[in-house]
Amino acid sequence: MKKKLWIWLSLLLVIPGFLIVTSCAKKAVKPDITQEDEAAKLAAEKAKQEEIARQRALDEKRRQLDEKRLKEEAAMRKIIAARNLFMNEDIYFDFDRSDLKPETQKILKGKAKWLRNNFGESVIIEGHCDERGTNEYNLALGDRRAQSAKNFLIDLGIAESRLTTISYGEERPADPRHNEDAWSKNRRDHFVLE
Amino acid sequence: MLNKSVIKIIFICLIATVFFLIESAECRTEYDYIDINNPFIRKIPIAVPVFKSISGSGGEKFLSQEASNLLSKSLEFTGYFKIIDRDAYLVDPEKLDIIVSNINFKNWTGIGAELLITGSLFLKDNIIEMELRLYDTFKGLLIVGKRYKGVVNNQRKMIHRFCGEVIYKLTGNRGIFDSKIAFVSTSSRNKNIYLCEFDGRNPEQLTYNKSIVLSPAWSSDAKWIAYTSYAKGKPDLYIKHLKDKHGAIVAKKGINITPAWVPGKFSLAATLSFSGNSEIYLLTGTGKIIKKLTNNWGIDVSPTFSPDGDKMAFVSNRSGSPQIYIMDLDSGQVKRLTFQGRYNTCPNWSPRGDKIAYSGMGNGQINIYTIDVDGESPALQLTHDAGNNESPTWSPDGSLIAFSSTREGPCRIYVMTAYGTDQRCLLALPGEQTDPEWSPRVIDN
Repeated sequence: MKKKLWIWLSLLLVIPGFLIVTSCAKKAVKPDITQEDEAAKLAAEKAKQEEIARQRALDEKRRQLDEKRLKEEAAMRKIIAARNLFMNEDIYFDFDRSDLKPETQKILKGKAKWLRNNFGESVIIEGHCDERGTNEYNLALGDRRAQSAKNFLIDLGIAESRLTTISYGEERPADPRHNEDAWSKNRRDHFVLE
Repeated sequence: MLNKSVIKIIFICLIATVFFLIESAECRTEYDYIDINNPFIRKIPIAVPVFKSISGSGGEKFLSQEASNLLSKSLEFTGYFKIIDRDAYLVDPEKLDIIVSNINFKNWTGIGAELLITGSLFLKDNIIEMELRLYDTFKGLLIVGKRYKGVVNNQRKMIHRFCGEVIYKLTGNRGIFDSKIAFVSTSSRNKNIYLCEFDGRNPEQLTYNKSIVLSPAWSSDAKWIAYTSYAKGKPDLYIKHLKDKHGAIVAKKGINITPAWVPGKFSLAATLSFSGNSEIYLLTGTGKIIKKLTNNWGIDVSPTFSPDGDKMAFVSNRSGSPQIYIMDLDSGQVKRLTFQGRYNTCPNWSPRGDKIAYSGMGNGQINIYTIDVDGESPALQLTHDAGNNESPTWSPDGSLIAFSSTREGPCRIYVMTAYGTDQRCLLALPGEQTDPEWSPRVIDN
């Protein structure tokens, strides 16, 4: 019991002694700087933390912007793709015919949907023919092909004022070759946005 | 200015000095030389020796050669004649006699010539005087003789005027020698209208569009031309005075195409689709609608009038495929004309009134046909196995048909007789030539 007490006592004496010695020693060397250093260190630390936080916030913002931009770009790409599809997807006809086939009607329904979503857009429907047959009759046939698509779009609720037709007859073939493969590509309606 | 008026005076002189020389009473039996209605027409052998040079100067001899060659070529163009080779002549060309009393007709009947044309040419100060005579060699008769005087540059005109006299005496019709042909050519990269003389000579560009120009149509006085142009981005109808260039534009929505003038009137028919469907309308020469001529759900296009203007033929697909129909303009009654084949277009009514030429498709080929307007007899196919043949157009006398063909690759203009014989290329320009349209007789253009 006594032994323990002693140990405790000596510890009580020795540890503060150490503490005094060390603190006295420091005080002796740089008694003023210690406090400033501590403050600077703290400030630096704080600044560093703030910087990290700022960077992190920036990164986050950038990431969000990127994400937003990517989203926007993707949306834009989608819009452009839809627009391009509208313009590039021709509809095709049989020889000397101007009636709309079932697959053609499906394409036109897609075009009508696009026109409903883009009500500021007006479209020129170009009617074309293959080189067979005679020029004059083909001008009338091209007109009729364009009219067929126009009437179908009107029936689907598109305002007539947004739809113009031009017949090119056999004057503007998509494929200049002289075979059925080319002819089938040339008997078409082509859609151009104004 | 002065120069121009001098030329004018000289030209008036040329016309004024054209007068009949001696003409025997017997040659009142005109027109029985060539029966234009005979499809199996025999070509008449004719001799056209080089014209006699009066002074014998080099310039005169050159012009004599040129003029006599042009005369043979122009007559040959009609398809009525077989020109006898000059190497076969029994007469020494230097000692050629040109007056009836001196001609030994046996020299000409001996080589098979049934007709003979002699000429003399005198050149002085750039003015030429020509005396030209047509003889019946078997009868030893002068059929027609004319004297012409004018500047050297008008030689072609003088020769063609005499050709007109020759054809008039032999057929009763003035012929084609003062007519022109309008056509579409891509020579300038874009499709534009060009004009040339009846024989393809002297082509000149008429329109200078940077787009597409199609379907030229002559008014019956040959002073106006109507056509379709995409100058404003869509097919509109242009009506233009050839000399003054003024006119009108019909630019309704849809198509404004295939003009055809009403004979003898300043009005025309054309296909317009502003109603949503292509119909043929009658328009004034200033482009105002007079009335709607067709009223049908189908395509109605390519009108062409009978010479008396009472009837109109046109193309319609009202039966399911394009066929030619005839409308009586008074009653409005419509009768289908073509029943052979599933694709008959481009009708063109003969100036003689009895036939319609058109393009018909069969076995993947497009050929030219003619059909009697009464529809009683089957159509006559004029082109065979020679590419695609489109847009037939009659010469003003109804003896020839010009058309476009791809027989030699690129599309060009060809000419043949009304019965399909003597098919030849009219002219070859760079690019492709389509849509020929023969003018009526051009009196003063």
